[in-house]
Amino acid sequence: MGRCAFQDPISENMTEVAAHTDGHDHGHHDHPSWLAHHFDDAEQQFDSGKLGMWLFLVTEILFFSGMFCAYVLYRNRNPEVFEFCSAFLNEKLGAINTGVLLFSSLTMAWAVRASQLKQHKLLVGMLGATLGCAAIFLGVKSVEYTHKWSLGLLPGRMYVAQMENGYHSDVDYLTPLCIAPAVLTVLFALYYVYSLVIASKFHQRVAGPLLVAGLCFFGGIYLGQFIEGGEHHGDSHGAHADAGHGEHASHDEEHAKEAGSETPAPAEASAASSDTGVALVSTSSGPLHDVAVDPKEAAIPNAEVNNQGMAGLFFSIYYCMTGVHAVHIIGGMLVISWLIVKAAREEFHSKYYGPVDNVGLYWHLVDFIWIYLFPLLYLIT
Amino acid sequence: MSAVTTPITAPTTTHDGATEHHYLNHSSGFLSWALTLDHKRIGMMYLAGILFAFFLGGVFALAIRIHLWNPNQDPDAAWLTNATYNRVFTLHGAIMVFLFIIPSIPAALGNFLLPIMLGTKDVAFPRLNLGSFYLWITGLIFFAYTLFSTQIDTGWTFYTPYSIEAKSAVEAATLGVFILGFSSIFTGLNFIVTINTMRPPGMSWFKMPLFLWALYATSIIQVLATPVLGITVLLLALERTFGIGIFDPSLNGDPVTFQHFFWFYSHPAVYIMILPAMGIISELMSVHSHKGIFGYRMIAYSSIAIALFGFLVWGHHMFTSGMADVTTIVFSALTFTVSIPSAIKVFNWLGTMYQGTVALNTPMIYALAFIFLFTIGGLTGLFLGALATDMHLHDTYFVVAHFHYVMMGGTLVAFLGGLFHWWPKMTGKMFNDPMGIVSAAIVFVGFNLTFLPQFVLGTRGMPRRYASYVPEFQSLHQLSTVGACILGFGLLVAGLVLLHSLFYGKKAPMNPWGGATLEWECSSPPPHDNFSHPPAVGDPYDFANVEYDGKTGGYYKKKK
Repeated sequence: MGRCAFQDPISENMTEVAAHTDGHDHGHHDHPSWLAHHFDDAEQQFDSGKLGMWLFLVTEILFFSGMFCAYVLYRNRNPEVFEFCSAFLNEKLGAINTGVLLFSSLTMAWAVRASQLKQHKLLVGMLGATLGCAAIFLGVKSVEYTHKWSLGLLPGRMYVAQMENGYHSDVDYLTPLCIAPAVLTVLFALYYVYSLVIASKFHQRVAGPLLVAGLCFFGGIYLGQFIEGGEHHGDSHGAHADAGHGEHASHDEEHAKEAGSETPAPAEASAASSDTGVALVSTSSGPLHDVAVDPKEAAIPNAEVNNQGMAGLFFSIYYCMTGVHAVHIIGGMLVISWLIVKAAREEFHSKYYGPVDNVGLYWHLVDFIWIYLFPLLYLIT
Repeated sequence: MSAVTTPITAPTTTHDGATEHHYLNHSSGFLSWALTLDHKRIGMMYLAGILFAFFLGGVFALAIRIHLWNPNQDPDAAWLTNATYNRVFTLHGAIMVFLFIIPSIPAALGNFLLPIMLGTKDVAFPRLNLGSFYLWITGLIFFAYTLFSTQIDTGWTFYTPYSIEAKSAVEAATLGVFILGFSSIFTGLNFIVTINTMRPPGMSWFKMPLFLWALYATSIIQVLATPVLGITVLLLALERTFGIGIFDPSLNGDPVTFQHFFWFYSHPAVYIMILPAMGIISELMSVHSHKGIFGYRMIAYSSIAIALFGFLVWGHHMFTSGMADVTTIVFSALTFTVSIPSAIKVFNWLGTMYQGTVALNTPMIYALAFIFLFTIGGLTGLFLGALATDMHLHDTYFVVAHFHYVMMGGTLVAFLGGLFHWWPKMTGKMFNDPMGIVSAAIVFVGFNLTFLPQFVLGTRGMPRRYASYVPEFQSLHQLSTVGACILGFGLLVAGLVLLHSLFYGKKAPMNPWGGATLEWECSSPPPHDNFSHPPAVGDPYDFANVEYDGKTGGYYKKKK
C-alpha cells in the first residue's frame, strides 16, 4: 500500500518543483497559467466562478432585503411621511442616474462579449465606459447628498425640521467630498502622462480609462449642480448653487469645464419653475409634485410628519439604502479597475473570460438594486 | 520544467519510516503558513484560533459560575460588581457564539476535511478561503478591542433599545460581528461551490459522506441567513453613530424589528452550530460501529430539511415580545416541525449501532455522550416551543440549560469527538486512547452536573443573566459551579491528551479506525495536494473490504 493510493511520484515531484519555483501551485504540466491548479479544466473553473458569484449575489440581495423590509414596515405604517419626504428627492437626478447605470450595464455586457472574442482594445474601452458611468453616478449622488445635507435633510436625530422660510446651512459639504476624487484624478493624470513618456501601451491602456473615470466624476458633479442649480434658480438657494460652483471651479484643472449655474439653460429654468423642487415642504395632504403651485404658498410644513421620528426616519432609510448601494458602486469600480489591468495585459480569451462575466453579473445586480431604489424612493405620489 | 534543480526523492511509504512529504513539511517558515492557500493549513490555523477563543470564552464562563457561588444579595460584598458581571456574561456569550461555535466545525474541521473527503485538491476558491480566515482574525481583533476598552454589557443579542443607549463598545462588537459574518458567508459559499462543481468522477450526491451533506446544509444557512445579521448589526452601529432611529423607539423606530432581524439570522445560526455536529456524529457512529450507516438518505435529507425549516421558526425567541396571537401560534407549530428531522437522525444513529461491532474508543465515547446530551437538549426545546410553558420559562435558567445542552453538550462534544477522530489524520499522531476516554467521562459528568441543576432552577423561576439570587437557590447554584469546575478540568485533560500526542504520540497509520471515506485513503497527515488523480469513489459506508493490518496498527482497503 503506497502512502497515498492516488498519488504517483512523478506528479508529486512536479508539484514540488512548481511550488518551489513560482510560489504558486500549478502542479500539472498540462495546466495553462490561467487555469488554477486545483481545477481539472476550464469549464470546471468557469462553472465554479459563476456559481460562486451567483451565491454571492444571493447574499447581496439578502443583505439589502433587511433594509427593504424596514422600508416596507415604515412606509406601511406612515405612508404620508414617505409622500412628504419623497418630494425632497430630485427625481430628475434620480432618472439621470438610472439612465447612466442602465447604459453602464450595456457597456458591461458588451465588455463580456469583447473578452470572449479577444477584442482587447474594445474590452478596455467598454470597461472604461462602465467605470466612467459609475463615476458619473457617484458625482451626481454627491451633489444630491450634499444638497440635502445643507437643507438639514439628515437621518434620524440629525434631521432639521423644514421651515417655511427654508433652513439652509452655509457649510460647504461638497468640497471635502471632492478632495479624494480630485487627488485620485490628479494621480491618474500623472500616471497617464508617465505612460505617455515611457510609451508603454499597457500603462496607457490602464491609465486612460482611470483618468476618464476621474474626470467623469467631476462631470457628474457638474451635471448635478447644473440641474439642482437650475431648479433653484431665483430662489433662496441660489446662493448655495453659487457656492458650490465656486468650489467646482477650483477643480477645473481636471476637467476644464467652465460653467455658470447662474445662467442655466432657459428650458431648465422654466422646468424648475413648474417643479416644487427640493427644499420645499408640502401641503397637508402631501406634496403635489407635478402641479405648478408656487411652493411658498402651498408650503406649510406638516408638524406631524416634519420631525425627526417621521421625516428623519425616512431619510435614515434613504441614506442607508442609497449609501450601501453607493458603497457597492465603489466596490464595483475597484473590481472593474482590476479587470482593466487584466484586459490591458490581454489575458482574456474564449476559454478564460470568467472574471469579466462574473464582475458583469455583480454590476448588473448593483444596477438592478438601483432600479428598485429609484421608484421606491423618488417616485412616490 | 527547466527550473528543476534538485530532484526530489519519491515519497516513501509509511512502512519504511523514512521521511515523507506531507502538507506540514511541504514548506516551512511563517509566511508559508500566513500566506498559504492550502485548505489543510487554513483549517489548522482556524483550529488554533477557535481553540484560543474557546479558552477565552471558557474563562468567562468559569468567572460567571464562581461569582454565582454566593447569592450576592449585597452587591458590595460580591466577587464581581454587577457591571462587571454584565460584561462577563456578554463576552462569554458573544465570544462563544461568534468566535467559537459558529466557525468551530465548518471552518476548522470542515476546511481540513471537505476537499479530502470529496476527493479534490482544494476548495473552489483557495484565496477566498484564506481571506475568510483573515476576516475571522479581524473580527477577533474587534472583540479584543471591546475586551480592553469599555466592555460590552448588552448580552450577546444586542437587543435594542438598551444597546443604543449603553455606554460601552457596542460599535466595535457589532462591527466585529459584521466582519465575522462575512468570514462565515465566504466559507459557506466556498463549500457550496466546491461540492457542486468539483466532485470527482463517481462522486455522486449520494456517494458523499454524511459529514459533507451536513456541511452543505450548513453552508446554505450561512449564505442565506448571515447577510441579514450583517445589515442588522450595521444598522445598529449606524444607530449609535448617527442616531438613524430605525430601531429606536424614541425616534418612532421599532425595537421589535431588531429582534425579528436578529433572530432571522440567529435562529438559523443555531443550525449552523448543530448541523455539522450531527454530520460528525453520523461519521463517528458508522466508522466506530464498523457498520454501514442506517438510513443514509434519510439522514442526508433531514440535514437539508433542518436547514430549510430553520428559516421559519425564528419567532419562537419572541413569544413574550408582543407578537400577534396568530403569529405566535404559527411560529410555535413550525418550531415543532424541526423536531422531526432531528429525531430521524437520532433514531438512525441508534439503528446504526444496533448489531454493529462498536469500538468504545475516545471518539465513540464522545459520540455517545452527544446522543445523550443532545436528546435532552432537543426534548427540553419542546417545552420552550410550546406557548403556554414558554410564558413561564422564557428568560429563565431553563432556557440557559436547554441551549447549553444543545450547543455545548451537542456541538462542543461532537466537535471534540470529531477532533479526536480526525486528529491522527490532521497531525499524523495517535493520542492516548484511555486518557481520551477519561477526558470524555469527566466532561460528561461535569457537564450534566453543571446544567441539570439549571433546569430545576429555571422551573423554579431563576431568571437568566442575574448577578444575584434568593438564598434558597444557593445549593443548586453551587452544584452547578462545582460541575463547571469539573467540566473545565475535563476539557483541560482532553487538551493535554491532544497536546501530549503531538510530542510523544505514536505515528498514526493511514486508517486508524477503519473508515471507508476518502480521507482514510491518504497518508496521515495527507500530502500537499491530497490527490494527484481523481480517487476511486465507492460507497462511503461499505466496510466489507476494510481489513485490519496488524503491522501498521491500522486498517486498509482490500483491493477487489
